[in-house]
Amino acid sequence: MSQENIKDSEVDIVIGALQSDLSSFLNEWRPIISRFHLIIVQDPDLKEELNIPEGFDLNVYTKSDIDQIVGSSGSTFFSGYSCRYFGYLLSRKKYIISIDDDCFPTKDSMGNLIDAVAQHITNLSTPATPFFFNTLYDPYCEGADFVRGYPFSLRSGVTSAMSCGLWLNLADYDAPTQALKSQLRNSRYVDAVMTVPARALMPVSGINIAFNREAVGPTLFPALKLAGEGKLRWETMEDIWSGMCAKVVCDHLGLGVKSGLPYVWRKERGSAVDSLRKEWEGVKLMEEVVPFFQSVRLPQTATTAEDCVVEIAKTVKEQLGRVDPVFARAAEAMVEWVKLWKKVESGSFPGI
Amino acid sequence: MASTAAVPLLKDELDIVIPTIRNLEFLEMWRPFFEQYHLIIVQDGDPSKTIKVPEGFDYELYNRNDINRILGPKASCISFKDSACRCFGYMVAKDPSGKDINALEQHIKNLLSPSSPFFFNTLYDPYREGADFVRGYPFSLREGVPTAVSHGLWLNIPDYDAPTQLVKPRERNTRYVDAVMTIPKGTLFPMCGMNLAFNREIIGPAMYFGLMGDGQPIGRYDDMWAGWCTKVICDHLGLGVKTGLPYIWHSKASNPFVNLKKEYKGIYWQEELIPFFQSATLSKDCTTVQKCYIELSKQVKAKLGKLDDYFNKLADAMVTWIEAWDELNPSAETNGSAAK
Repeated sequence: MSQENIKDSEVDIVIGALQSDLSSFLNEWRPIISRFHLIIVQDPDLKEELNIPEGFDLNVYTKSDIDQIVGSSGSTFFSGYSCRYFGYLLSRKKYIISIDDDCFPTKDSMGNLIDAVAQHITNLSTPATPFFFNTLYDPYCEGADFVRGYPFSLRSGVTSAMSCGLWLNLADYDAPTQALKSQLRNSRYVDAVMTVPARALMPVSGINIAFNREAVGPTLFPALKLAGEGKLRWETMEDIWSGMCAKVVCDHLGLGVKSGLPYVWRKERGSAVDSLRKEWEGVKLMEEVVPFFQSVRLPQTATTAEDCVVEIAKTVKEQLGRVDPVFARAAEAMVEWVKLWKKVESGSFPGI
Repeated sequence: MASTAAVPLLKDELDIVIPTIRNLEFLEMWRPFFEQYHLIIVQDGDPSKTIKVPEGFDYELYNRNDINRILGPKASCISFKDSACRCFGYMVAKDPSGKDINALEQHIKNLLSPSSPFFFNTLYDPYREGADFVRGYPFSLREGVPTAVSHGLWLNIPDYDAPTQLVKPRERNTRYVDAVMTIPKGTLFPMCGMNLAFNREIIGPAMYFGLMGDGQPIGRYDDMWAGWCTKVICDHLGLGVKTGLPYIWHSKASNPFVNLKKEYKGIYWQEELIPFFQSATLSKDCTTVQKCYIELSKQVKAKLGKLDDYFNKLADAMVTWIEAWDELNPSAETNGSAAK
């Protein structure tokens, strides 16, 4: 794969609005995002009207749009942080960048403002190298290359399908960790992007993420809904689940997943101690989820992301369904999502 | 963190192995960090030359005559006129911002804290101060596994192969990446021997640097070979390999034309070697590093012997190495689980 040339017009920036006043968020990001098209999806449970400053090219979707497309029963899947996935569904662009509404632009270790959007775009437009680990990290960035011992046949890399960014200040820890280490803040700026190797799984955080919608859009769906899912990241697992699906699918299809830069600054919100009560369900489920995904093998006949998701859903139902009913529901939701995705792609919802 | 502790970490349990053909003035720059430790110097090349070691260091020096004397016929497995001879030192060993980097201290920290090869932590080493496991990381995997290898990096002259050096002679690595991370299980990497630390007790026998240099068709692949074997064995035995910090300053680039002559066979052989190592599996009976290594040597002979007769000789040398290792280290059973 050679360098892609990603135009601004091919990118959608999708924001899930869990708070009604988006003015400080959008104004701080303005220099970085104003030239892009934005999709803002309002959490269906949020009653207040959104406060959005002028000067952006955007579409806003609310509960009524969600109900119209997926019906009121389906709209429970898009509540809370999951509302952004509705934006993924309706986007008509090739690439999506999505950042939580409590994250802000920040500076690197030299004091320069980080353009997180530009970095995500760079990550997606340069190849990934999942088959062999380069010890100098991203070989395509300025001032770096493949090291001695890296096979030449692997140096052209594969298409990058996902770019997983990181967070300064409030890192994406789970509730037990943050509650135990209440003063722990991430102040370490690690100046690297790297490809997560094939067959290595990781927790994909939805807080600061970008992806090739055409390649992996169907894999990112909040199918795993915790019973006690809440409005704080500590109380969700949806991104972790869909991220694992996405990684398994990328590994199968020979696509790359990158992790590292860019960083965003994540503001304080909520109490980890309060969230602890709800979080245990997610923590327990991960013990089943990880070995499951590590063992998933997709058939050669699954050549698209949609096919892969359907196969994974089957296996989830067979193997995890009997462990906990939440998995059986997740499997069904994944199948429904693929159907919905195909419907939207085929243009069955004109005017949206 | 103090750069000069009252009693240095692992003072009596750590050896610093240095292969050389030159005088060792560079040790002056490392004096504050190395003076308290025991050095093993492996002198390559002409044994009649005297290597000057600065005053005040505690060291043993072995030249080719010593290697021949100690190993007898088995000395054939130790390369001559190639830095691969460093592995003899392993066999005889007995147990960014403006601040100076204490590489040794970082290597020790890396080795003494666990690795996490089964699931990638997006905030890198979770055992480092100021970091932890991220949301979604299963609690059952948070204890980690013992760390066998700490692979450090280099600022200034990067470790490029000859073709890359020829194309980019001026490129310097100026990026200090403040991270240590575990290389996931099942993933191979190019292990550079320039700045390397390992737990000899749990992985030592795998650190054989192959047949390189004088009389051999290949050079500059010694550490690569050791790294691929080591990683396969670590993955099999449930041990961890870390890469990243510490950085050292690499000041002298070797001649790219000389390098090209040494490496060129390696460049096209590695196209076969990588798939070989990626698909290598070891049987359940391989419960010690030595057993893993012998099994690997059989697979090298069976699958790579047809690539070039060199690999038949290398497979034999791998066996000789284990025999020599066991002879010089009779009591230790390196079963991969002895580490703290």
